[in-house]
Amino acid sequence: MTSAIEFKDVSRVYGDVRAVNGVSLRIATGEFFAMLGPSGSGKTTCLRLIAGFEAPDSGAVLLDGQDVTSRPPYERDVNTVFQDYALFPHMSVLENVAYGLRVRKVAGAEQTRRAMEMLELVKLGALAQRRPSQLSGGQRQRVSLARALINKPRVLLLDEPLGALDLKLREEMQIELKNLQRQLGITFIFVTHDQGEALSMADRVAVFNQGRIEQLDTPRMLYTRPATSFVARFVGSANVAEGELARRLMGSAEPFAIRAENIRIALPGESQDDNVIRCNGKLLDVQYHGAMSRCQVQLDTGEIFAAAVSEHSGNGRFAPGCAVVLSWTASDAVQLRSEPAA
Amino acid sequence: MSRSALNRPSLGTRIGAFVGLAFLNVPVLVIILYAFTTDDRTYAFPLPGVTLRWFEAALARSDIWAAMRLSLSVAALATLLAMILGSLTALAMSRSRFWGKEAITFMLVLPIALPGIVTGLALLAAIKAARIDPGFWTIVVGHTTFCVVIVYNNFVARLRRMPQNWIEASMDLGADGFQTFRHIVLPHAATALLAGGMLAFALSFDEIIVTLFTAGHERTLPIWFFNELFRPRERPITNVVAVVVMIVTLIPILLAYYLTRPTEERS
Amino acid sequence: MNAFAASAPLQAGWSRRASTFLHGRPGFYLSLLLLPPLLWFGTVYLGSLFTLLANSFYAIDEFTAKIVYEPTLATFKQVLTQPAHIDIIVRTLVMAVAVTIACAVIAFPVANYMARYASPRMKALFYVGVMLPMWTSYLVKVYAWRLILAKQGILSWFVDTLGLTPVLEAVLRLPAVGGPSLASSYLGMFIVFVYMWLPYMILPLAAALERVPESLLQASADLGARPSQTFRNVVVPLALPGLAAGSVFTFSLTLGDYIIPSVVGAPGYFIGMMVYQQQGTAGNIPLAAAFSVVPIVLIMIYLTLAKRAGAFDAL
Repeated sequence: MTSAIEFKDVSRVYGDVRAVNGVSLRIATGEFFAMLGPSGSGKTTCLRLIAGFEAPDSGAVLLDGQDVTSRPPYERDVNTVFQDYALFPHMSVLENVAYGLRVRKVAGAEQTRRAMEMLELVKLGALAQRRPSQLSGGQRQRVSLARALINKPRVLLLDEPLGALDLKLREEMQIELKNLQRQLGITFIFVTHDQGEALSMADRVAVFNQGRIEQLDTPRMLYTRPATSFVARFVGSANVAEGELARRLMGSAEPFAIRAENIRIALPGESQDDNVIRCNGKLLDVQYHGAMSRCQVQLDTGEIFAAAVSEHSGNGRFAPGCAVVLSWTASDAVQLRSEPAA
Repeated sequence: MSRSALNRPSLGTRIGAFVGLAFLNVPVLVIILYAFTTDDRTYAFPLPGVTLRWFEAALARSDIWAAMRLSLSVAALATLLAMILGSLTALAMSRSRFWGKEAITFMLVLPIALPGIVTGLALLAAIKAARIDPGFWTIVVGHTTFCVVIVYNNFVARLRRMPQNWIEASMDLGADGFQTFRHIVLPHAATALLAGGMLAFALSFDEIIVTLFTAGHERTLPIWFFNELFRPRERPITNVVAVVVMIVTLIPILLAYYLTRPTEERS
Repeated sequence: MNAFAASAPLQAGWSRRASTFLHGRPGFYLSLLLLPPLLWFGTVYLGSLFTLLANSFYAIDEFTAKIVYEPTLATFKQVLTQPAHIDIIVRTLVMAVAVTIACAVIAFPVANYMARYASPRMKALFYVGVMLPMWTSYLVKVYAWRLILAKQGILSWFVDTLGLTPVLEAVLRLPAVGGPSLASSYLGMFIVFVYMWLPYMILPLAAALERVPESLLQASADLGARPSQTFRNVVVPLALPGLAAGSVFTFSLTLGDYIIPSVVGAPGYFIGMMVYQQQGTAGNIPLAAAFSVVPIVLIMIYLTLAKRAGAFDAL
């Protein structure tokens, strides 16, 4: 079966910056795919390469098995929801949505009918005659979505689609986007720097760093089995031990990661269960997060680890400055790929 | 913005400001005043009397009409050419970076940066060297040359303010370059192009310094006016023409101002 | 195999094909756009300037009054050595400097007030009040001054009404600036020049002053400076780029003008008039060309000086 999108060793260089550095990947048809990474990691450039706003300096971009590397955006069956929506201010909401049909010379009445249908789909039928400037951020987002979907693209690209929305709206839209994708069966590719968003929405996530994909996996695997220290830190901010520390704790210089919630924290002399790996440290700070609190602990070797304590386990006995013992089971520690020297 | 106690002008500044403003505007009012004087020999003030008859007399003068027609056609044609050349340049220069771009900008402003007399004489020298008879077309060529930059500046500024992702969104939705230009770029930037054209029109209609070199025996309205300054036939008629010229130049300028005033249309 | 094309019914008209062709070749597309303007400017304008320059290296034959097409520096030598010609250059230069200084002095309070003190409404009024006369027909404005400066004109009437006629007469009797009437004196010409170019000084100056952050002035006052000290030590240095930008206009416009000296003014020649006269009645294009190089050189010198003062940051 052909993939919806395929990158073959794609690179994009700006001056002396390799924004995308030899990326290869396949995205399956119907997949909800996330490109995750910090700003400047190359994820947005990859999205723009798929849309056709940029051409790679080397490599090939395939769409449904066809090489589209040198095709202009208007000859790719792909549509984009822009980060700041890019709605045309001189057109009404309806005209914005119908634009894709208009430039394909679809008859006027048909344009209106299908555009209204799309607006209904995103629950904005009542606002068809408004101007974009009269809409709220969330409404603009929906218009942008309807506009991008009207041509029934093979692939929908979303560039930080929820970035400009407030928290509550963002959570609603997450669910709505997910439903929409299931309903339409279209491949969704979205770019985000928010790991929570990527994990909760995507079927698979590609984690970008410095123009390369560090790991491409399901959210569960990314979280439980991060492949590199970058992924371990970026996704769910795990504690990472490398070099000397790794040797002292685990007996091997191979780096490993351990999640805060897998670390048990106790006062010296308290019972330690059957956790096999231990180290001593000093509690620096406790951050309250509701059900959990996050303890910043400075190990005796100087590194700082985070450990999570649940509310009911009596975290009141920990005060900043007191000596603590951290412990975990060997099976919770995840072996990481040692990274090539930068 | 709050105005602090510190932010109060001294008496000198205030007087200087208003006197300066009056200095700039009184002469314009004087011209309007003199169009109505009954005095036809001197520039006596206060006016001995007020009349409208010079407007009537000016209307009947065929030489004024001919000069007016010539000036309008020159301005219209020069504006059209300047709009074509200026908008092409603006489209090429608005976003891309390439070698020699600075040189092109420099070349565009040169005709208005150098004294008009240099541009005028240069054109004349070329006209003579090429053995062309100066006339309507040489005037148009000269005017076009210094009008391009006006159109270019207006249009390129608007193009640069247009978010790049509108163009990307349009192409993404299936519009090719030409469709994007028609449906997105032009609606956004047409008023700036038009405003540039208006300013170019006003500039051309009023131009004298370069025109005197390139006109040959043709007489544009400013040349007619210039000749009247030295060999006045009927002074009051000159006064009336002055008012007419002033209005014909100010209308497109006010239109241009109206077209480019800031609007809230930003998403 | 062509599933893509089938799913997206894109008509392949000529415009779409042309668009796609150009999309893949941005360099070609740019050259296509730039070709007409470059051709126009390359041939018409640069060609003309080159012809002008070439002419300045020719000379006119004294007897036949025909141009001798052989490169020579004789014409330039004539411009730079004949005392009458040097007079013209010095006269023009002095006028340009005087006009520039006067414009700066008059423009400062206007620009300062409109940029920093005026209420939004007043500010709009000032902008219109500066731009409208600036865009009013050049010739009409010159003509207006002829009316104003004429012997029985408004200014004389005004001076007379105020009982200042003896003062005006005394001024007109002064050697360098005076003349038979204001309309035919260097003083009158100077007033007209200042009037004509004043908006070109006010606008960049106001733009520069608007960029002076309020907080700087507050900081200066906070540190104990009196308003006059703040003005001298903070406002003026920060306005310097605007002042320099404006002065480029006033200086260059005065150097090249030939209408104003011929409509209002004293008998002495200015560079512009000399150029106009030499190419016209005298038919000596080489001399006119060589003379026209003088303001270009003067302006280039001035631009270099202005650039050092940061004039172009405020343009």
